[in-house]
Amino acid sequence: MIFIKRIVVPYVITILVVFLVWKVLAILLSRNVLPYPEDAIHAFLSALLTSEFWHHFAASAFRAVMAMIIGWGIAFPIGILMGSSHQVDKFLSPFVSMTYPIPKVVLLPVILLLFGLGDFSKIIIISLILGYQVLVATRDGVRGIQPQHLDSIRSLGANKWQLLWEGYLPAALPHGFTALRLNSGVSVAVLFFVESFATTEGLGYLIMDAWGQLDFNAMFVGIFGMSLLGVILNEGSNFLEKISCPWY
Amino acid sequence: MLTVSHICKGFDSKAVLKDISFQLDARETIVILGPSGCGKTTLLHLISGLEKIESGRILIDNRAISKPIPDVALILQNYGLLPWKTNLQNVALGLKIQGVSRKDRNTRARKILTDLGLAGRENDYPSVMSGGEQQRVAIARAYASEPRLLLMDEPFSSLDAITRENLQDTLLTTWLGTTVPYLLVTHSVEEAVFLGKRILILSGSPASIHEIFDNPGFGDIAYRRSSSYYELIRSIRHRIGEYW
Ligand SMILES: Nc1ncnc2c1ncn2[C@@H]1O[C@H](COP(=O)(O)OP(=O)(O)O)[C@@H](O)[C@H]1O
Ligand SMILES: [Mg+2]
Repeated sequence: MIFIKRIVVPYVITILVVFLVWKVLAILLSRNVLPYPEDAIHAFLSALLTSEFWHHFAASAFRAVMAMIIGWGIAFPIGILMGSSHQVDKFLSPFVSMTYPIPKVVLLPVILLLFGLGDFSKIIIISLILGYQVLVATRDGVRGIQPQHLDSIRSLGANKWQLLWEGYLPAALPHGFTALRLNSGVSVAVLFFVESFATTEGLGYLIMDAWGQLDFNAMFVGIFGMSLLGVILNEGSNFLEKISCPWY
Repeated sequence: MLTVSHICKGFDSKAVLKDISFQLDARETIVILGPSGCGKTTLLHLISGLEKIESGRILIDNRAISKPIPDVALILQNYGLLPWKTNLQNVALGLKIQGVSRKDRNTRARKILTDLGLAGRENDYPSVMSGGEQQRVAIARAYASEPRLLLMDEPFSSLDAITRENLQDTLLTTWLGTTVPYLLVTHSVEEAVFLGKRILILSGSPASIHEIFDNPGFGDIAYRRSSSYYELIRSIRHRIGEYW
């Protein structure tokens, strides 16, 4: 019931609004430039029944999910260490401050040279972009932990590891997951970018290929697929946040 | 059981506590009364081992304190409950840190929560509890590890008058039942007189102990309605009026 109210209803309303605006635009412009929404939706729904669509979807989902796991798995612990230890922070923060402002996509050529044109490079670049956001959000979240919560744990005789486990880790979790969720959209955007070359698999490829053939309905199949993937990643990280931070 | 001798403490170049000495016996309670900002929290943090002393000595059962130990429970100002733990987990945390098995620590935590009137609230988070209930959880947490000494930092200051008196009664009743000695700091004269067998007046900058009051009427829930209670409050107010 709550699931329907919180998740389904907002999406249905959004879809209806988008449909209407699109329809008006399509009538004003022309069908050649912008297909009618019902045509695009029809193409998408039929594509959902083909294994070809799911093949591309799975390729994209694999890259995105792997990137989120790797990026989060590396950045979250580093964020906690930087936020909780002055030594680690002193050591790493100049590096982070210097590299944080660089748009990580410009490193793409370097990564391609190092790791080749395959999936691994695509995953690395997404996890790099995502990881920085998670790292900074986690670090700042841990720095903002109330001293009295730490005193409370220390006053019970906790050692360093217990303090990390009972205090810093749970305090950092919501920050880490919020960053993951907020940046799932960025992951999909970068995914499109890295799938637009050197691959014949993935939703990004699907879109670029359809564009090349001026098959606008097929193009929208890819776009809807991206949107679906974005929604799943967003709700997935939301779900992870809910179950691992029930107090939040 | 607790011996504090000649301790001094400052932060940066600012001296906060100067030459504090007193003793707390095993069957006693002491309330330290002092105005806001005089160094009460600092003193409790020193005794609990959270902060390092500059000079002087703190002994608990003749052992010097250099870091927090399970024998000493501290109830922090603003309760010190962890928002990411349920009430049960908060109460059981001390036992968990000492390595007590999950089953044993939960059994014990559940029993204490029940004793403090919080049966059924084990799986709630502190954020949904009222101030008075949170303080009950904090008291449960302090007693869970069966401490030999209880330190309390203005435990009832932010509660409304009725809840405050209720919890003061609970604390006194618990003390009468267990006689775990406690050291409580507060800025409320009434609270000091109700809860302290002896009352130490802390004041000055840097702060030191200016005066000690004995409180022969202490130890009775009905004390609040007696004239000797008001008499002592009046004379303490009179005295502190001269130097607060
Ligand atoms: N960690 C700290 N660093 C610097 N100054 C502190 C610190 N803790 C307390 N102080 C100072 O010490 C004095 C006493 O503080 P505190 O012990 O909290 O007083 P109280 O609990 O009686 O209100 C205050 O002037 C406060 O600013
Ligand atoms: Mg204080």
